[in-house]
Amino acid sequence: MPEVILSLLEIFPDWLQVLLVALIKVVVIVAPLMLAVAYLTFAERKLIGYMQIRVGPNRVGPRGWLQPIADALKLLCKEIVIPAKSNKYLFILAPILAIAPSLAAWSVIPFTDTLVLSDINAGLLFILAMTSIGVYGIIIAGWASNSKYAFLSAMRASAQIVSYELAMGFALVTVLMAAGSLNLREIVLAQSGGITDWYMWPLFPMFIVYFISGVAETNRAPFDVAEGESEIVAGFHVEYSGMTFAVFFLAEYANMILIAMLTALMFLGGWMSPIGAFADTPILGDGIHWLLLKTSFVLFFFLWFRATFPRYRYDQIMRLGWKVFIPLTIIWIVVMGVAMFLTPWGHLFH
Amino acid sequence: MNKAIDIIKSLFLIELLKGMSVTGRHMFKKKITVQYPEEKTPMSYRFRGLHALRRYPNGEERCIACKLCEAVCPALAITIDSEVREDGSRRTSRYDIDLTKCIFCGFCEEACPVDAIVETRVFEYHGEDKGDLYYTKDMLLANGDRMEESIARDRKLDAPYR
Repeated sequence: MPEVILSLLEIFPDWLQVLLVALIKVVVIVAPLMLAVAYLTFAERKLIGYMQIRVGPNRVGPRGWLQPIADALKLLCKEIVIPAKSNKYLFILAPILAIAPSLAAWSVIPFTDTLVLSDINAGLLFILAMTSIGVYGIIIAGWASNSKYAFLSAMRASAQIVSYELAMGFALVTVLMAAGSLNLREIVLAQSGGITDWYMWPLFPMFIVYFISGVAETNRAPFDVAEGESEIVAGFHVEYSGMTFAVFFLAEYANMILIAMLTALMFLGGWMSPIGAFADTPILGDGIHWLLLKTSFVLFFFLWFRATFPRYRYDQIMRLGWKVFIPLTIIWIVVMGVAMFLTPWGHLFH
Repeated sequence: MNKAIDIIKSLFLIELLKGMSVTGRHMFKKKITVQYPEEKTPMSYRFRGLHALRRYPNGEERCIACKLCEAVCPALAITIDSEVREDGSRRTSRYDIDLTKCIFCGFCEEACPVDAIVETRVFEYHGEDKGDLYYTKDMLLANGDRMEESIARDRKLDAPYR
């Protein structure tokens, strides 16, 4: 298939070929991602409905399956209202700044051993950088809106994301120590051999810390104080409407899927089959379907959390981040380092 | 000692897992949603919906223009003008209810000495233009004529409790 496309492109001049190949690569990743985002919102509404003994959206199309399409069309058609006293350039720029990094991070995600857009050695660093840049979109949105709620939310979001970034980074350091690589593909390959070899077992506390920090990073319930509809209306996107709002929405859900997929890659063995013996068989063996399955499983927990927990108070969020997670991860790193290099139990982490 | 137990409890997320098990169990419960246009919940015979003016079985309208309903209406939704008819009886020349003002409290029905103004079980009606929900005497009488059967049945069911 790729060869066919490449041969078709040969009628164009070289510089255009390069551009088109890059464009096709982008579309191949972004289009399924957008579809996944749309249906994640549907899954969220259905699932939370089911947990509240309701049935959720079921009117648009068979059993409500066209609901996300209808929502997207509605948002596309709505007017974009720009507040009179806002900073107009930043106001429009903010949603773009929010979504660009969350899409860019996908370029280094290895979907299988061979299927990866750019297999760079510092892939994990790149992802950490990209997910932290995403917060600029929120801060700028809050500032440019010139609204007190949006501004409060921007301050909350920035403080929260900075705090949890640390815990998240430290939790990932343990993965790096175990795998001995920053390359996401090699991290997954280091977990080959079946479900018992996944890093979620030796690094179980860090797995939990990473996942909870991930929920906080993406501003999802119960850490959604940046949105906090019952306190500050809708937070940073209170002044946004139509497509600009939709872009924020896309960014939030794309980030959610990204965090879920990273969890799957780093702790749940990525595309590896849970049964090592079947690694080379067609369906049960390794393949992208296992990665997607694991990602969906992690995403299910995002939605489950939202259906279960009330929002944290802001000082509780800060306490959890600084006084629980960061000390816990640092202690774990020290204990693990000592165990790996000075005691005979180092093999537990490999 | 209690504090130590609390710390261990929160460290192992015991309470959070309990909460998640509750929502997780509810996910598989039977859903209680009523699929509205296809399914409807049972309705009381005392339901207060669209208004109607009733007639006596001989076709004479019941309303005697006493204006008690107009007086009792907390939303000032009822407007009545009266005149003496050619045969000497006192009747309304105008009986309007602005349903956009009406709060469906049922006081007009309670106040009426001759059971002329009543509220029916109908709640699925709408207006597409400004003023469509301003019901005049003719429209209210037409409502009464159309639904007399169900109105009479509901009053009879409620009679033992009055």
